[in-house]
Amino acid sequence: MEKKTLFDKVWDAHVVKSVPDGPDVFFIDKHFIHEVTSPVAFLNLEKRGNKVLFPERTVATPDHNVPTIDQEKTIKDQLSRMQVEKLRENCSKHGIELHDLGTDHHGIVHVIGPELGITQPGMTIVCGDSHTSTHGAFGAIAFGIGTSEVEMVFASQCIMQSKPKRMRITVDGELNEGVTSKDIILYIISKISASGGTGYFLEYAGSAIQSLSMEARMTICNMSIEMGARGGLIAPDETTFEYLKGKEHAPKGEDWDKAVAYWKTLKTDEGAEFDLEYKYDAADIEPMITYGTNPGMGIKIKDNIPSTDGMEGSNKKTYIKSLDYMGFAPGEPIKGKKIDYVFVGSCTNGRIEDIRAVAEFVKGKKKAENITAWIVPGSREVEKLAIKEGLVDILEEAGFKLRQPGCSACLAMNDDKIPAGKYAVSTSNRNFEGRQGPGARTLLASPLTVAAVAITGEVTDPREV
Amino acid sequence: MAYDKFNILNSTVVPLPTENVDTDQIIPARFLKATERKGFGESLFMDWRYDSEGNPKSDFVLNDPTYSGKILVAGKNFGSGSSREHAAWAIYDYGFRCVVSSFFADIFKNNALNVGILPVTVSPEFLEEIFTEVEKDPSTKVEVNIEKQTITLLSTGSFESFDINTYKKGNMQNGFDDIDYLLNMKDEIVAFEAAKKI
Repeated sequence: MEKKTLFDKVWDAHVVKSVPDGPDVFFIDKHFIHEVTSPVAFLNLEKRGNKVLFPERTVATPDHNVPTIDQEKTIKDQLSRMQVEKLRENCSKHGIELHDLGTDHHGIVHVIGPELGITQPGMTIVCGDSHTSTHGAFGAIAFGIGTSEVEMVFASQCIMQSKPKRMRITVDGELNEGVTSKDIILYIISKISASGGTGYFLEYAGSAIQSLSMEARMTICNMSIEMGARGGLIAPDETTFEYLKGKEHAPKGEDWDKAVAYWKTLKTDEGAEFDLEYKYDAADIEPMITYGTNPGMGIKIKDNIPSTDGMEGSNKKTYIKSLDYMGFAPGEPIKGKKIDYVFVGSCTNGRIEDIRAVAEFVKGKKKAENITAWIVPGSREVEKLAIKEGLVDILEEAGFKLRQPGCSACLAMNDDKIPAGKYAVSTSNRNFEGRQGPGARTLLASPLTVAAVAITGEVTDPREV
Repeated sequence: MAYDKFNILNSTVVPLPTENVDTDQIIPARFLKATERKGFGESLFMDWRYDSEGNPKSDFVLNDPTYSGKILVAGKNFGSGSSREHAAWAIYDYGFRCVVSSFFADIFKNNALNVGILPVTVSPEFLEEIFTEVEKDPSTKVEVNIEKQTITLLSTGSFESFDINTYKKGNMQNGFDDIDYLLNMKDEIVAFEAAKKI
């Protein structure tokens, strides 16, 4: 029998037709939408006189531009309000399930999908958001699409996609103390570069990956796109099944047993071939941080910012432009750099385990005076748990401010912006110029590192606090 | 028909030798609040084009009257980051029909093709040659021929072939998009869905 990778198994099961010397007509099981990338798709759908073919396969929530304070009031920003209202109107018109602001399951789309058990192994999942790759943690093929493709999914439940190549990244061994899954993925991106995954779909494997919780796995898959890969997945196992059991949308009773039996077949066959493989030793991974303006520009916190030795041409120019923006010099240490803001949140690290980790770290301590500390839960569910577990009290005592769920300062579409020139250490996923506000300078790190920075007020290795 | 047909494009170029131009630079998130597609060209490269007071930055290429044209030539890994199609809309609405680079991010490439922008991948050497020639003479023209799948630097005559699959090529030449194709397959898709377990 042909030996297949996990990716091939899921992909091939969703090809309706292969166009000769063209893409595959690729069937989508679940489609998530939000207020920013869906309105034009709805508009064009209607202009062409089409309907949503399978409305039950789409789930909506407003997350990108929503305020994170006073959500119960009318949204002040007129354009944001209009986008959210348009989403409500479109969902109601087309019969789409909406998790609106203030309802029990409102939150960042990539946080609520798994929470509700909508995300399941073997599925194909798309959303007009590049961090859709998050759902790959369940052994699903999940990736971001553009608005034209959102319209295609509405109209036909399919998109036209050429099959990517296969890459496997194996991390074996035991993780060091103070190392989280965020450090693993920042380490991998620093090795492969911000473009090294382009054209590939990734599978993460190895004992260090298998040892992770579902939430930690989501952090890894979330940042697959930061290497240029469309997505990354992890074979489902007992940890996956345990997480899904009993979730609202998960199969029940006999259907559950059948589903698990199928899910257990979703792994790469022994001897199946990948187009490219990387292997890393977990022991080499230490707390990481980025110093530049793409997520591939990451180093161990103890290391110095790379010098320009050996760089030339547009590569060197781009590097210097990036460091100039950050206000850093080549070759200098990153440790000890003064920081102004910390941000805990986003679809990368806005889940309950992240908030628990920060709360545990800062318990009984106070944030440094120069730090403004924002915590934005990924969903209402996360917010509720954080309150119930007493984490909010701990965080507030330490000087953190808890806000309401949404994408928030990760992309600064709402008012949660880092001021120009200020430094933020963030648990989010992108350190692009201006990502967290015009002129803002972002350093990406794990929730533990962010907690340590909040206490000391400067770039700090969490193991040294 | 979603966009104008694309066959032969003969134009001067706008050079942007920066690498890893991400979609947050092409169009910052704060300009994504529209509910219809209009006016995105004005926000193209907003934070590189204008200072915080809204004054044009003279050192940015779009503000330099020396350079103009329908072809944007950019450093490697163009369009990385977010899936926002607004980035492709901004480029198209500004007046570009073709982006040339030695490497494109996947989602951007798909979005570009879906809105009628041809992404042309060339070798790093050819990219460097275009930058050099255009720096020497900004009136240098480049010809992109989709039928022959060639890109030619008209000042030197040097050219390269580029890849595009037959399906997408046909779409670009005829101004068709994927939705036309998918709608014709509706019955097959409905049958496929009905047979699915999940």
